[in-house]
Amino acid sequence: MTYIPNTDNDRRIMLEAIGIKSIDQLFSDIPESHRDPDLKLQEALSEMDVLAHLKAIANENESLEQLLCFAGGGWYDHYVPAFVDQLMLRSEFYTSYTPYQPEISQGTLQAIYEFQSMICDLTQLDVANASMYDGGSALAEAITVAVNTTGRTRVVIAETVDPAYASVARTYASPLDITICSAKNFDVGENGVMIECQERLRSEINDETACVVLQRPNFFGWLEDYATVIQCAKRCGAVVIVVGDPVSLGLIKPPGELGADIAVGELRHLVGPPAFGGPGAGYFATTSKFLRSVPGRIAGRTKDNAGRNGYVLTLRTREQDIRRERASSNICTNEALVALGATMHMAALGKTGLQHLARLCLENAHLAVDKLTGNSFRLGTNRPFVREFPLKCPVPAHEIVDSLASDGILPGIDLGQFWPELSHHLLVAFTEKTNDKAVDRLINALGAME
Amino acid sequence: MKEEPVIYELSSPGRVGVQLPPLRKPQKGIDEYLPTEEIRDELPLPEVSQIDVVRHFVRLSQLNFSIDTDMYPLGSCTMKYNPKINEVTGRLSGLSAIHPYQPDGQIQGVLKLLWNLQGLLSEIAGFPGVTLQPSAGAQGEFTGLMLIRAMLTEKGSPRSKVLIPDSAHGTNPATATMCGYKSIGIPSGPDGEIDIEAIERLLDDDVAAIMMTVPNTLGVFETRIEKVCDMAHTVGAQVYCDGANMNAMVGRVRPGDLGIDVMHLNLHKTFSTPHGGGGPGAGALCVKKHLIPYLPGPTVAIDKDDQYFRQHSLSKSIGKVHSNMGNFGNLIRAYTYILSNGKSGLKSIADNAVLNANYVRVRLRDRYDLPFDRTCMHEVVFSGTRQKALGASTLDIAKRLIDYGFHPPTIYFPLIVPEAIMIEPTETESRETIDRFIEALVAIADEAEFDSSILRSAPVSAPLGRLDEATAARQPDLRYSPR
Amino acid sequence: MNDQILPSDLKYTREHEWIKIEGREGLIGITDYAQSQLGDVVYVELPTPGTTFAQADTFGVVESVKAVSDLYMPIGGQVVAKNDTLLDNPEKINENPYGNGWIIKIEVDTEYNTDDLLDAEQYEKLVNDLHP
Repeated sequence: MTYIPNTDNDRRIMLEAIGIKSIDQLFSDIPESHRDPDLKLQEALSEMDVLAHLKAIANENESLEQLLCFAGGGWYDHYVPAFVDQLMLRSEFYTSYTPYQPEISQGTLQAIYEFQSMICDLTQLDVANASMYDGGSALAEAITVAVNTTGRTRVVIAETVDPAYASVARTYASPLDITICSAKNFDVGENGVMIECQERLRSEINDETACVVLQRPNFFGWLEDYATVIQCAKRCGAVVIVVGDPVSLGLIKPPGELGADIAVGELRHLVGPPAFGGPGAGYFATTSKFLRSVPGRIAGRTKDNAGRNGYVLTLRTREQDIRRERASSNICTNEALVALGATMHMAALGKTGLQHLARLCLENAHLAVDKLTGNSFRLGTNRPFVREFPLKCPVPAHEIVDSLASDGILPGIDLGQFWPELSHHLLVAFTEKTNDKAVDRLINALGAME
Repeated sequence: MKEEPVIYELSSPGRVGVQLPPLRKPQKGIDEYLPTEEIRDELPLPEVSQIDVVRHFVRLSQLNFSIDTDMYPLGSCTMKYNPKINEVTGRLSGLSAIHPYQPDGQIQGVLKLLWNLQGLLSEIAGFPGVTLQPSAGAQGEFTGLMLIRAMLTEKGSPRSKVLIPDSAHGTNPATATMCGYKSIGIPSGPDGEIDIEAIERLLDDDVAAIMMTVPNTLGVFETRIEKVCDMAHTVGAQVYCDGANMNAMVGRVRPGDLGIDVMHLNLHKTFSTPHGGGGPGAGALCVKKHLIPYLPGPTVAIDKDDQYFRQHSLSKSIGKVHSNMGNFGNLIRAYTYILSNGKSGLKSIADNAVLNANYVRVRLRDRYDLPFDRTCMHEVVFSGTRQKALGASTLDIAKRLIDYGFHPPTIYFPLIVPEAIMIEPTETESRETIDRFIEALVAIADEAEFDSSILRSAPVSAPLGRLDEATAARQPDLRYSPR
Repeated sequence: MNDQILPSDLKYTREHEWIKIEGREGLIGITDYAQSQLGDVVYVELPTPGTTFAQADTFGVVESVKAVSDLYMPIGGQVVAKNDTLLDNPEKINENPYGNGWIIKIEVDTEYNTDDLLDAEQYEKLVNDLHP
């Protein structure tokens, strides 16, 4: 096989050195009755045929190359500049292992340090780790930190937090006697989803609450006013966890300024197309008081034996390979390469670029709202939004999604799949790609559904 | 080495490295869209041009060792060649430009690929059920123990203990804790295998599972694995297998046939998806029939018209472990790899991986202590105690290998071997490369005898010398701040 | 292990803590052997003064770059002081484990038991048995 360099002659020489006659002898520890099963598999395809097969499978999809995408829900169809993928293809990055040998891993280590710096700047918090699997597991592990540091087991999650994240958090919480209370902080009115955050959320928070989980912009795209909820949480000694889209953070107040103790979210859309939702990369940032409870890898700056600046993985005693059964997280492999791509893109965007990008999303979303006014689509709550909003439709949302496919449009996400009472609600998201022309196409296509 | 500045130090106000579409004219203030109290004041990100970013990261990349640089003999990590075709298929827009919330009808290809891959892994590992949701091996372990917990809970009690060999990866005991279990250590016997008598002593009806690694982290195949499975099942416990070492078995034995109930496969090890400097990985989880009802949803299913669909809720599911359906990008690569190898190719992976490891074992056993001198599987564990007595620790040997152009092996693991040096050559290294590696370790053994200070001052040819990890931990500097 | 310093006026635990009892007061730290096995100490978790622990209870944690170790009470008592300089300068444990690298001061229980503790000679034997 192509990827195995040894020839029969090599194998003969090596067997001789070992002092055995055949490779079969090396497998004699395996119970004989189970050795060498006759696997029902095809023989190898040539590289050309493998590629043809994968292309054929790819062609069975309607990809975002063909569709105009207004679907979001945490997964946004951004244009990522070409240089990002070109650099991620540097094999010194993608074929290297976790940087446990710092002398020959400075590239990865310094990039992690820069990543951590940017996440801290973006969220206005003190410490960030090298990444989590995705936004969902980042939230689940943030809750573990809150439970371990407060010694409390009651967790309040606003209903407007990404339902997929909440679902992962529930799975992680279930074996640890953590009670998750979902605070239903929205209602459905005549005009659509109505946010009623403050009162219901506050009423769930008390002296037994380990943490309160909020999202900004929330899953519907709105900026809820959490000031009194956060105040209430602080008064009760609960940890405040805020989930958030990193692009929107180019414009809106960062979680650190709002009083969040931990901020988590998903970075995939800064790195490439949604890839059916994985691999993503979860960011995890917190205040210095939780430094020793942070899950996963952290890089730090130090000096080498000649006094030169260098980087290492540090505070390693938090991690599973050292702390073993006393570790509160088992994370080992993370999403380093995706985090690297996000670092490169954030660096190139910089202050001006990220604001500009977020603003393009904002302008396109507002343009759409202006154009939708007056027809039978409704917007619900009059809250500020950045790039996404739920649209109350005259027909079930899934019918719109199915129908607009023939126009080459993915008009959004059917919210009925998460909340049956929102079956007539379409979650519509905007990026720099959904420009004036795109918005017009959407409006026309929706108009035909009235 | 010329020091590479932190990207922030390259910043110059007003610079931007991307070419975005223009904003609308006439430009409105942000406060016409958002209330002022919602608008952020400061955004202290660096301001650099695209060429600054590109050169910075290319220069950083040049400071890294990688598989594409030279042999990377990290035990238990399976640093094999990452085929380039995988990067091409993983980037096909028809597979990567897919939104996770697109309706099933639009993504038949995606679902078909998942379905096919589940089938291939099921056949290779010998388990009827597969979930591709876990993002990495450790999340596979978590998912696996959660399935066991759910099944046992339904039978009356989740039980409280998990038995784990003292040679296990740290993720195993950490996973047990996350799943609400107490870890109980099982000592290894004198032959390097799990101690059956110890299991007999420790096993009772409060044990939920035995977590094993096969072959174990000493590189030894557990010859009594079937007996261990029988013993566990007799008291109603389950056997979890950490599949980090599947590269030794692929095509040669199906772990499911040995009686194991649950096993994860690290697709970034055995199935060649790149490690990416620490991730992303993919930890497919394989289960026996009795655990299928508890798998995380959604799962892929096929209807009578051959249409694939996402089945959202299995009745007894433990819930989701991933925001979507796993690291699909990695799954495309693993699928590509399995098709590229085919039936005979997969078997020759194990054959050559095990041959290469035994060749290293035999050629180095005169120069390095070999605590368990028996046929090994895909990796071999030496001990640096002889060199330690001469003043050169295993860490020194590892660092000196850098000067010979190789990545160090895994060191100080497994914990039960003093001064452990764990070598996994993988099947993708040639005899000549392995000979070069062996010669380097022989030369280092000579150096240790001649003047061990050479080893203690290594590496001398790397971009940096040894780093001060104590100061890094005592005075953590974890983010850039202008100084 | 003849290069280990072992003051003869201290009592030792099998887990490598030492205690110096003077009247009602006990000063506790870890041994020179313990610090050498841990390597560079980078972090110490100290108990709040006022807390009472029984003999063999865990009262804190000491961490090096690549190891974590619990600290055990040689005898029961109430913490009256902790060595706060260790928070910024944990290396003092490496530099002077029996001096300014002390960890806590306790008021010993009125009835305490030193039967399980070792004297310097016994502790030296324990260490030598660990490293023949």
